[in-house]
Amino acid sequence: MYKIAVLGDKDSIYGFAALGLDICPVSLSDDTSEAVKKLRELAEGNYAVIYIIESLAEKIKNEINRYRSTKLPAIIPIPGASGNTGLGMRMVKKSVEQAVGSDILFRD
Amino acid sequence: MAGKHVNPTRMELTNLKRKLVTAIRGHKLLKDKRDELMRQFLEMVQKNRRLRERVEEGIASANKNFVLARAVMQDETLKTAFLAPKQEVYLDVSEKNVMSVEIPRFTYKTRTSDPNDIYSYGYAFTSGDLDSAVKSLADILPDMLRLAEVEKACQMLAAEIEKTRRRVNALEHVMIPEMKENIKYITMKLDENERSTQVRLMKVKDMMLEQAHEYSKRYAEG
Repeated sequence: MYKIAVLGDKDSIYGFAALGLDICPVSLSDDTSEAVKKLRELAEGNYAVIYIIESLAEKIKNEINRYRSTKLPAIIPIPGASGNTGLGMRMVKKSVEQAVGSDILFRD
Repeated sequence: MAGKHVNPTRMELTNLKRKLVTAIRGHKLLKDKRDELMRQFLEMVQKNRRLRERVEEGIASANKNFVLARAVMQDETLKTAFLAPKQEVYLDVSEKNVMSVEIPRFTYKTRTSDPNDIYSYGYAFTSGDLDSAVKSLADILPDMLRLAEVEKACQMLAAEIEKTRRRVNALEHVMIPEMKENIKYITMKLDENERSTQVRLMKVKDMMLEQAHEYSKRYAEG
């Protein structure tokens, strides 16, 4: 039985606690070691899906990319309270580029 | 001759020919696999895009509601409201095999079946905006899970497509031409050997005839 975690700054994620997801508040400062550590902990733990706030995801991109081709966990960027940075869409775009060789979906 | 040295022997030639047949068949299969993966991927990625748009919109509007709620409530009340969530979400992970890529499928279960258990607080001290914020998040949750599933599948398919494409290209542009080149080299070499043996034999025959009948002497006399 797996669980779902939400990783991000406190203001963006506390609502998910009500739904029964596990929230892991981390600070959005430039020092990402705390977030990276937390992410690794979650990824190795019993979590199948980890939602991560985009602004944080931007900072620890390399760490997230390590889990791209593994089956679990699925690390999914979602927009936080500070708004949509477009990172989530860029990740989708990146998949397309990786597969097709050029971006054929988002050309508009 | 391309690349490494090959022995121009008949055995090597038979081996190479057999390898070439396998390589061509493998190439065809991998190409088919790539095409089918690509078809599935494009379908999936369209879905991914639509879901992501919907989820991002949903979360943005939920966040708006949360901001409203936070504006009229004290931080402490807000904190206590979410201190002890009633509901819990569990995931069951099964696998679906798409062209030998194992993509995960999530089915989610909640601890209690009551949809109102998402409100983990008494309504006395909280604002109504908080209720609608939580509700809007709860509404988007199934879509978020679908998004997780589809997006992970897309990432895995993309990785597999890249791998398969590399293999197809390596076969098509390196392995198969190289083998063809080697086969050609060996055939030419063998033919050449055969010709030189023939010439040698003819020469030897001439010499033997010459010795037996002494043609040159006879013609010189006559």
